[in-house]
Parts: sequence; structure tokens; C-alpha cells
Amino acid sequence: MNLVNTSMPRKLIFRYLPFLVFVCIALILPLLLPPFRLNLLGRFLSLGIVALGIDLIWGYTGLLSLGQGIFFALGGYALGMHLQLQNLAPGELPEFFGLYGVKTMPAFWQPFNSGIFTFFAIWIIPALVAGILGFLVFRNRIKGVYFSILTQAALLVFYNFFNGQQRLINGTNGLKTDTARFLGELVGSDGMQRNLYLLTVLVLFLAWLLCKWLIRGRFGDALIALRDDEQRLRFTGYNPTAYKTLVFVIAGALAGISGALYTVQSGIVSPQFMAVPFSIEMVIWVAVGGRGTLVGAILGALLINFAKSLISEQLPETWLFIQGALFLLVVTALPDGLVGWWRNGGPNHLLAMLGRAPKAATYPSLDLDPELKS
Amino acid sequence: MTPILELQAVTVSFDGFLALNQLDLKLEAGELRAVIGPNGAGKTTFLDVITGKVRPSSGQVLFKGKPLIGKPEHHIARLGIGRKFQTPRVFEKLTCRRNLELAVAKGSSPVKLLLKPLTIELRERVQQLLLLVGLGAHDQQLAGGLSHGQKQWLEIAMLVAQDPELLLVDEPVAGLSDEETIHTAALLKELSGSHTVLVIEHDMDFIRDLQAPVTVLHEGHVLCEGPMDQVQADPRVIDVYLGREEDQP
Repeated sequence: MNLVNTSMPRKLIFRYLPFLVFVCIALILPLLLPPFRLNLLGRFLSLGIVALGIDLIWGYTGLLSLGQGIFFALGGYALGMHLQLQNLAPGELPEFFGLYGVKTMPAFWQPFNSGIFTFFAIWIIPALVAGILGFLVFRNRIKGVYFSILTQAALLVFYNFFNGQQRLINGTNGLKTDTARFLGELVGSDGMQRNLYLLTVLVLFLAWLLCKWLIRGRFGDALIALRDDEQRLRFTGYNPTAYKTLVFVIAGALAGISGALYTVQSGIVSPQFMAVPFSIEMVIWVAVGGRGTLVGAILGALLINFAKSLISEQLPETWLFIQGALFLLVVTALPDGLVGWWRNGGPNHLLAMLGRAPKAATYPSLDLDPELKS
Repeated sequence: MTPILELQAVTVSFDGFLALNQLDLKLEAGELRAVIGPNGAGKTTFLDVITGKVRPSSGQVLFKGKPLIGKPEHHIARLGIGRKFQTPRVFEKLTCRRNLELAVAKGSSPVKLLLKPLTIELRERVQQLLLLVGLGAHDQQLAGGLSHGQKQWLEIAMLVAQDPELLLVDEPVAGLSDEETIHTAALLKELSGSHTVLVIEHDMDFIRDLQAPVTVLHEGHVLCEGPMDQVQADPRVIDVYLGREEDQP
């Protein structure tokens, strides 16, 4: 028996198996799924990125933001504006301006002509807004439910502003992106959508790596410490405002990137991205998947959105009830979400409840060790 | 010589109730001082004022001659004032080692925590502290799973890890066994000299064990000061502790 020697590489394989599986599935799916389903998957994967951000600020740092839609939409609008400006004749304005009799383009549109500017704007603008909002809120030690209410109020302010500004950003109608051209190709085309799907997979993976890097060391410890006992951390000499603002900024940037990828895959960005229920839904994804676990956030976003789209196709009226029931179930029965439940031995509990007690854990490496037998 | 800590006529009023009333107190560097007093005497408020949690309505707090009032808590902590809370407060979802790793890196900026690994010296210090408080075998255990006594000790270790000049220790032996209490007294005595230590406690045997001068607080001001024997014989102290309990809030 050579169990000890084989267990190390086996451990390594187990450790990286989930990623291998993830990458393989992600790369194979474009060949298997029809374009419509692939596009849905791409959209939901991009929602996984905003969920990662929410997991950082809520699951790890304990700040329940109900306003992530702000940053999500800002990222979407940044890219949407850039695409509106593509393939225009010199002096021509995006079509919708004509509807409101706008003759000269508002000045803040100008920089979005540049692809490079837009690339940075997608995540830096949401990050800046999050930084300003976060700094003011955290410096005044607003936390808990007051923080949640405040973020929701901020969301409503943005929602109403964007809805009302027809002459600036086409108000309620939003900006369409699927008919725009990017690098000569129609954004809404199947080929472009497949590339966007692959890009989303890549960005999601990078976002996951970033979050993993953030939480694995002492910085992550400090976030958890902030969540569990902020006062104690303060008296240890740490400045909670700096930590909270930074993590809120990162979550904002992730939301912006997520919003941009979601926009180009759903074909439009509109103030509906900042609707109050949508931001609450984001929180539900993380709660269902398992807050405090990065995989849980992604999984939650995927599961709920697929359930939503499948159930809405069959029984359009029932989805809201099911979503509400799911949230109640998670809050009452699975407070750590699906992934948390799984990690805490949930499947064994379930088996035990069904009368099939799991085998007690043993130490096969000890049982089979010839040296210990003698 | 400037005292390391000086409170001058500090008054704290909570909606008219005077938690501290014209409190004067001086601590010399390297001193070990015990503070006792009945419930509601203002002992914890007194620590809150020093550490910046509560802002006094009047009076002055000087640390090494510099005023502390108005500074945020984390600045005061970085100046070298560490505090242990009345009930043990450790980060329950982190392992003992990680609790201490946060404490030794006192007040690092987020960027520093992210990019700079813990130095070897600090890593060794964490290990020494774990052994010192008998948690060497529990270093990978979540602090939430420790016994009450172990949590008290972990928090004391975290306090020491911060390496503050002034340690404010609020009820360190509450809920500890006799043996653990003796250990704690020995530890605090050892720390004094190189550090200034102020201990708040109810346990008279523990205080006698400390062999330190005692300050008695009552209704927000200093009732008397002196060695334990003298304080215990003081009729005012006996009166406050034994005779007028119906007045205590």
C-alpha cells in the first residue's frame, strides 16, 4: 500500500479539479448550446461578477449594499455610449438625440468616442462613485440596516435621474447595443455573442482570482474581523473606513465590469438596471449560493437566473413566488446558502434524515499503515 | 517626569447622568495600577474616554503629555494604548494564529496587509505569544471554539501583540479558574515595568496578588488611592462597597 505517496497529487487534483471542470465546460458549451441558450449563459456568467463583488462586501465584510445596481448600470452605460458612437458619419449624432431635437452632443459623451477611455471608464467610473459614496458613509460610521437603506436610496436617486434625462442618455428607453457595430461586426450577431461569452468566462475567472487573492491573506482576515467585531479591530489600530471604502470600491468596479458585459449580451442598457428589485435580486443570488464563499456567489447567480428564465418560459406568473419562497427557505433553513450547507456536511445530514446514516469518518491511511499494525 | 497618562477633571455626562465626575488620575510609566469600584462607578466609561470611544463633556486626557481627546480610536491605539474588553472579544471566525497576526500588524493600511507578507520577526512573535498563553496546540483552531478562559488569554495575547506602552485591561480574570487567575496576575506583573498596565477588576484576591497600588472609583470620581491593605481598611471604601448597595444603579 502506498496511500501516503499518492495522496499528495490526488489532493492537488482535487483542489484544482473544480477549475478544470469549469474551464472545460465553459469551452465545450459553445459547441453544444444553441446561440440563444449560450447567450443566456453568458449573461448569467456576467451577473456572477457582480455577485462576487456583493460577496466581498456582504459575505466577508458584512455590508449589505442594496445599491449595486448603480455601479452595474454605470458600467453598462459607459459601454453603451461607446457603442452608440461607433460607425457614425462625421458630425452625425446617435439616432435618439434627433427624437428630442438635440443638435449638439452633450460634452460628457465626447470622451466615449475613445475605446481606451471606455475600457477604463467601465470600471473606474463605478469605482469612483463607490469610493465617494463609500467614504462619506463609512467615515460617518453608518452601518447595518442604515447602510442598506442609504444604498437603496442612492440607487433610487440614480434610477430617477437616468429615467428623466431623455436629452442626455435617452431616459427610460436606454441605449441599444445589439444593432451597433464593434470592429466591423454587429454586436448582436451570433459570432460576436460567442466571443463575448468567451470573454465573459475569462473575465469571471479573473474576477474570481482577484477576490480569492483579496480574501486569502491577512487583508481577508481584516475584512472578516470588520464584519464580526469592528470595534475590536478599531482598538487594534485599524482604520475601518479605509478597509470598507476600498472593498466597496472593488465591488463597485466589479459591478461595472459585470454591467458592461451584461449590456452587450442582452442588447440594451436601460435605467431598469437600477431598478430596486434587481439590486435586491443580486443579494438573493449570493444568499442562496452561499455568502462568504466565492463559488457560492457565482453559483447562486447562475442557478437563480437559469431557474428564472426556465420557469418564466413555462409558468410566467409563478417566478416571483418561487423566488420569494427560495429566499425564505435559504434564510430559515440554509443560512449559509447552498455551498455553505454542502461544506458543513449538509448532504450527510440529509441522508441521515432519510434514515441512511452516513458511515463514520475513519482514517484509512492509519488503518492500512503496516507500521502502525505491528 | 511627565506621567504616561494623565486625566484632568474629566467629566462624562450621559443625558445628565454623570458617568465620570471631575475624575483626576495619573499613571507613571512602567506602573501597574489596579482600579476597583462598585458597578456603575464609571470604570468602563473611564477606559472608553482614554481609548477615544467616548468623548468627555469636559476635562483633558494626556498621553505622554499630548492631548488625546478628539482623536479617533485607531489613532489612539497606534499611539500605543491597547485595550482588552470586559467580555473577551476575539475574532471568532479566525484561527488563533490569524487573530494574533492581525494584532501584531497593528493598524496596517489595507495596501500593506495585501502586499507585504508578515515579517519573520513578527511571525516568531506570534508563535511566542501562542506558546506564552498556552494556545500553541490550538493555533489553527477557530477562536470561536475556544473556552472562555482561552478566549480571555487569546485577547490578552492580542493586546500584548500590539506591543502598546499602556495596557488597559478590563476584568481579565472574569470567569477564569483560580489557577488561570494566578497565571494572569503573574503575566501582568511581568509586563509592568516595560509597559504601563492598568487593570480593572472585581476579584479582590487577584488584586492583592498583583501587589499594585489601588484606585477606588465611586460615582465617577476617585474615592481613594493607595496600597490594597490601606484601601480595604478605609471606612469610605467599606461604606461604598458594603453599606450603600441600594444606591447602586
